[in-house]
Amino acid sequence: MRAWFFTETAYPYLPPQDEFESIRVQLPNRIFDPHLGADLYHRYIDEWCYAEECGLDIMLNEHHQTATCMDPAAPIMLGILARQTKTARLLLLGNPIANRRDPVRVAEEMAMVDVISRGRVEVGFVRGVPYEISAMNSKPVSMPERLWEAHDLILKAWTTHDGPFNWESEHFHHRQVNIWPRPWQQPHPPVWVTALSPGSIAPVADHHYVVATFLTGKDKTKDIFSAYRNRRLTQGHGLPSNDRTAYAALVYTGETDAEGQAGAEKLMWYITHNKVPPHFSNPPGYNSVDAVVNVLKSGKSPYLFGNFSLDTLMNQGIVFAGSPDTVYRQIREFYDVVGGFGHLLIMGQAGFLEHDETMKGIRLFGREVYPRLKDLA
Amino acid sequence: MRDLPVAGGVLRVRGVELACRQFGSGPPLLMLHGGAGPTPRAPYLDALAAHFEIILPTHPGFYGSPHHKRVGGVDDLAYLYLDLIDDFGLDDLTVMGFSMGGWLALELATKSCARLKQLVLVDAVGVKFADRETRQFPDIFAMSQDTVGQLMFHDPARMAPDFAALSEEELTAFVTNREALIHYVWEPYLHNPKLLARLHRVTVPVACIWGDSDGLTTPDYGRQLAAALPNARFELIPQAGHAPQLEQPQAFVAAVLAACGR
Repeated sequence: MRAWFFTETAYPYLPPQDEFESIRVQLPNRIFDPHLGADLYHRYIDEWCYAEECGLDIMLNEHHQTATCMDPAAPIMLGILARQTKTARLLLLGNPIANRRDPVRVAEEMAMVDVISRGRVEVGFVRGVPYEISAMNSKPVSMPERLWEAHDLILKAWTTHDGPFNWESEHFHHRQVNIWPRPWQQPHPPVWVTALSPGSIAPVADHHYVVATFLTGKDKTKDIFSAYRNRRLTQGHGLPSNDRTAYAALVYTGETDAEGQAGAEKLMWYITHNKVPPHFSNPPGYNSVDAVVNVLKSGKSPYLFGNFSLDTLMNQGIVFAGSPDTVYRQIREFYDVVGGFGHLLIMGQAGFLEHDETMKGIRLFGREVYPRLKDLA
Repeated sequence: MRDLPVAGGVLRVRGVELACRQFGSGPPLLMLHGGAGPTPRAPYLDALAAHFEIILPTHPGFYGSPHHKRVGGVDDLAYLYLDLIDDFGLDDLTVMGFSMGGWLALELATKSCARLKQLVLVDAVGVKFADRETRQFPDIFAMSQDTVGQLMFHDPARMAPDFAALSEEELTAFVTNREALIHYVWEPYLHNPKLLARLHRVTVPVACIWGDSDGLTTPDYGRQLAAALPNARFELIPQAGHAPQLEQPQAFVAAVLAACGR
């Protein structure tokens, strides 16, 4: 198993939650202090670099118009990390290509950083969470179609080396596609795609990409990974190896269970600080009609686990926390329940988990837990 | 007017399957529904059916009807309904459009008024007068349903949907129709930037009928729209919002009949 350290680069210095309607889309940026922001950027970059020192790989993502993530242009951060690190794989999970207006630009960005990093980039493609719709003025219907057309164009841009090709299709038009540079890795960097339900698995499995799922807990993760394996089998391929599956959880390793859980309580900022009204969390067309009907009936967001206790979240495998032995045991149990997986995406920093605490969590995971996980096939 | 070949509620127009109803008697009236979808039953429909033969298609995607690859915007809908008008020989036609359907009626008339008698626009969207930093219409996708209800109705307590009380079927229709609306109006938002410069092509008389308390397409905007058309009159329905046909059906029908000389 490979472990990837991830921080969502939150800006946590916010007014009380009852003083604003939404942490995303509409929160005025006068709340953001550029001086504090600069300190945070450098701190988060240091933490990624420390994760590399501790033998972990690196993951980053992007969100827009939100205090939960100060990285609205992940390719820029990817470029910084390509220069600041030497050995770690660099996973951008991911590029929201159903929202990006120009897929060729995405192909260029990823190819450029792949070359700077001498072939360490792994490229994620994601649909983007529903709150991105308003922030990017993106049409919430037909998103999977846009995502896969953008994907096709990017893949063709990466793998075409004999001059320009033409692309005039439903969503994107380019008459002279001929990117410089081309990627370092051949035929192209590894591709990851996120899936939050079994229904969207088929194209991911058919391309044999890594499927990644976030905070989906034991049962749902098992369903998604099973759907991937079943799709490979029914399409006449063999059983895929574990390196095709990835799971993201909140992870904090302490010296003792008490210390590990105290760290995890701080990580829970990530799920307790996501105040978003239904018109941003549930835009028409983003979710299935049935799901939207249920939201209207209940008046509740489909993405609420803010009220769950740490124990509940640990039981569900959404949080792995405690001493090194405990964290290993929790991950091992999750691994067995979901039928194995090859990548652990560690959401190891959030909110007010301070720098020294973050570093300690990374260090203890890297030294005490990770060596045991590497043996899992 | 002869009956349209509507089989099982479906009319085929140049390969596009269109859910369609035809009812009433009198001169032909093509009714273009707004973002809430065609009203299944309503007093204003019964009252108008006593004076007009009404053709009421469902835009592809609404009420779960199939989308068509060729029909992705209001402009495409305008060509679809021009094909319907031509292929089935509808002449001397009154086209009535509500909200997004009013925008659609304008698109249609700017392409050809040849077979039209008049337009009736009811709280129509579609034209942008405001500057680039001023939205012409509130962003209904960035506000709560309560707020949408406040803007839409003169008397939201009486008119706005109570989601807790709606049946599963009604909720499903509401959600499906909102999704279909997004297909057509997301960007540019509820308007065609080129439409204003084309309004001179609407040479038939236009009646702009507006709810006095419409907070989505305000009466001020309605007056601007009427003034930008070559031959339009503007009439307010008191104590009505964005859907005067539902909120004040009697006054609405009277205004339509007066405007159409019936």
